[in-house]
This record gives sequence, structure tokens and C-alpha cells, in this order.
Amino acid sequence: MTPRWRVWIIAALASAVVVAAVYFPSLRNHVKQAAKITQQTEEQARRELTLPFLSSSNEPRIKTKLFWASHADDEALTPVTVELPLSNDPVLRAKQVLNTLLAGPVDSELRTLPPDAALLEFYLLPDGTGIADFSEALATSTPSGIASEQLAVESIARTLEANVPQVKCLKILIHGQEVDTLAGHLDLTGTFALSPAPAKKP
Amino acid sequence: MLLYVRKVSLRIPVLHFPALRHLACPLCLAGILLALAAPLLWQFMSPASYVLARNLSAPKTQSPATTDSPIRATAAFQQNAPPSRSPLNNFPTNIQNNVLNTVVLDPAHGGTDPGARGTAGIRESEVVLEFTAQIRRALESQGFQVVQTRLGDENPSFDDRSAMANAQRGAVFVTVHISSTGLPGTARVYINDDLPPINDPTGLIPWDQAQAPFLGLSRKLGDIVQGLLSQKFKGSPDTVQTAAVRQLRTTAAPAIAVEISSVSVEKREDLDRMAPGVADAIARGIVTFKPSYVVATAATPPPPTGAQR
Repeated sequence: MTPRWRVWIIAALASAVVVAAVYFPSLRNHVKQAAKITQQTEEQARRELTLPFLSSSNEPRIKTKLFWASHADDEALTPVTVELPLSNDPVLRAKQVLNTLLAGPVDSELRTLPPDAALLEFYLLPDGTGIADFSEALATSTPSGIASEQLAVESIARTLEANVPQVKCLKILIHGQEVDTLAGHLDLTGTFALSPAPAKKP
Repeated sequence: MLLYVRKVSLRIPVLHFPALRHLACPLCLAGILLALAAPLLWQFMSPASYVLARNLSAPKTQSPATTDSPIRATAAFQQNAPPSRSPLNNFPTNIQNNVLNTVVLDPAHGGTDPGARGTAGIRESEVVLEFTAQIRRALESQGFQVVQTRLGDENPSFDDRSAMANAQRGAVFVTVHISSTGLPGTARVYINDDLPPINDPTGLIPWDQAQAPFLGLSRKLGDIVQGLLSQKFKGSPDTVQTAAVRQLRTTAAPAIAVEISSVSVEKREDLDRMAPGVADAIARGIVTFKPSYVVATAATPPPPTGAQR
């Protein structure tokens, strides 16, 4: 005859299996839902960042110079003037112009920044240092090379210089971190000086 | 080993405590001593934050390397001992300090970092090795000693590569790249953007701005090499370009980056065909530059050219 304690153990194990079988489908649903929520949040955050947010119809439309690659020489920049409703606040304005720059020109071959890159945040320090925090795609999708990396950084710097005179120098972060180089060549440990831009009053 | 521990532990009362019994093991003792000595060793083996100021015009007797300060001691270590992790090169000996006689060639990327990649499967890290081999031959035929920062598929850090150049006297540094973009069949020479002037009262050059006193010489070398390249490769610029090239910033020598366009060519042979021309231009450029070579010091102000940083 089976000892009594063995019966109890077998009964406990059997009941654990039954409970697990009942609980497992609901656990699986929980995990699926949690993953879905995370995806939605990331996508939503990205859309909020990349859309021309923060601009309202109340703000006056201002001629904005955006620096994209030149038709004639794909390693040079050329300014393209577009009218955008820009904020008077330098931080909001910097976000607006950089998001428009990231959105790219009509001719996608003249892009200077990868289409999947996003501006995560922009800060302006009291000394005029602008800190632009980009998503990792800026580092991973920019073509590796001194010329191509310089073109990307120059387009950001020249665009800020032309439209946000309060920014005196530029620091680029990737996903909130200081990195050694953009894509293996261009030094991002320092700051890029912006020459005094002609003041653009709204 | 266990027997040995037991035997010792019988003689030493403290080793009756189980936790302390392992102390008797000679290997453990050696490990503990190593751990205690590690900070001291690290002081001497870690990358220096300063490069020895290259004021070689002063007689050696007037600049003894004192060892009372850790920074000076580290700098002296940098000066006298080339990095042991570069067994690959024939480090020059018996050289004249203030004469250009060594070229440090840096094939960029390598190892896990392939650099630029073309659609035809061309990898920058492989092509630059071939270019560097040809540049090396051209330089050696002109009588220069050549040091390479890598010979195989490995990826030394930026600082390790700079350290190999900074350990040399009378040297210039050339880092070789292949671009992702640009007009195929052209070549560009870059020097580092302006760096803030060094005002270090010790006369040492901070590692992070090691290129600062050499920017004028780098520009001269870059203009010469770019001029020769533009004659060979139509469509290349006539003068040197400036960019914040990470590899150049920590190099305490006249330093240029040569970037050839590009990995986007259809066949690898299109790039390989450029190698002899690039090698010849660099070798002849360095020969032309040689009489202009003077030893820069930390006090040498960089030239006033408007750019970044």
C-alpha cells in the first residue's frame, strides 16, 4: 500500500498542475497585452516627436532656412527656405526646425540625416550651449565616413545657426549619452561652435 | 593542495578557522598580493592623460624626467617605452629627434568594426589594409621608417592608435579611410578642426588636445598631399579640408586623414586601381613636407582658421 505522505505529495503536485493549466492562458494574455502597450507607447512617443508638434496656427509663419545636400555636389550643403510657423521660445523653435530637417526634403536623395532618426529632446543651457539628443538611428544609419558624418552634423549646426540665434554652440547626444563618434569618424565628444547668425526676428 | 593546507593549518592556530584556511594556499596569497599591487600597476599601465611636451630643442640635460609626480612619471613612461601591445612594427631606433624620419600609418577600423560597407560587399576595413601596404612600400622606398597601427583584422582603440604615434619622435601620422559617399575616384585629405590653445604651466600637452600644437604643420602637410592627389584624381579638392576627426585629436604629431571615395563602386578593382596613385602622392607629399618639419611645443599657438570646437 502506498504510504500516506506519498499520496499527499502526489495530490499536491496534481493540484499544482491543474492550477498552472488554468492560470497559464491568462498569464499569456497578460504578457501579450503588456507588450502591446509598450509598443503603442513607443510608437506614440515617436510620432509625437517626429510630427510638427508644438506649432499652432496662432504662430506667425517665418521664412526658415534648412540645410540639405546640394543638387550639384552631394558633399556640400545648400540652404532651402521654407515658411514654417515657429515659436518665439528658442527651445521650441530648435525642436521645430530640427524636426523639419529630420523629416527631409521633397527629394529624398538630398537628405542629410537618416529617415529613421528622431530628435528625442533639445536643451538650451544659459551659456548658449544647445544640447540635441537624437535617437540611436542617427548613429547607426548615418553612412560611415568623414564626409558623410560631417555633412550630417553640419546640416544640424547650420540650420540651428540660421534659425535659432540663441544657440551659440551645439552638443550632440545619442539616446541621452555622450558618444565618441557619430558613425566611427566624426568626434562628438566636444561641442560645435555656431558662428553668430544674422538675427531673424519673428 | 588540500593536504598541504591541512598540514599548514595544524601548525598555525588561526587557520583552524575554516574561512581563513584558504589563506595558506600560496596561489591565494599571490592573488591577494596582486590585488593589493593592482592600483600601483594601473598607475603605470593606464593610458596617460598627458603627452610629453615635445620641446626637443632644449638639451636633454635640461629636461630630466622627474618621478616625484605621477603625471610626469607616466609621461616619461610614454616617452621611453613604445606601447608593448604593438609587437607588429619595427620601431625605429637611433633616430634624430628633430628630423622627420618616421611615418605612422593607420588603416582605419578593423576587427568587429568593418567601417563603410558597399552594396557590392566592399568593406572599408579590408580595403584600407591594401592601401596601407602600398603606401608603406612607397614610403620605405623613400627611406622612411614605417609604423602601422594594425597589420591584420583587429581594431585597436582610437587612443591605442594615437599612443603608437605619440611614442615616436620625428613622426607624422596618416590615417587611411574609404568613404561611403562622394564622387568615386576622388580623394580628400582632412586635418582636425581648431582646438583650444593649450595653457598648461607644466608644459605638458593634454592627451585630449594632443593635436593642438601640431595643427599648423598638419595643415601644411595636408595641403601638399591634397595638391598631389588632386593632380592624380580629377574632381578631388585642391586644398585640405577640416573636420572633427576623432582619431586626429589625440595624436601629438602632424596628422592627416586621407579618405578615398568610395565603397559604393561596383567592383573592388576600381578602388584597388587608385592605391598606387594614393601611395605615391602620400609618399611624395611627405618628402616635400620633410624640410618644413619642426618640433612643435605646447606653447605653439594653433593657426587662426575659423572652424569648430
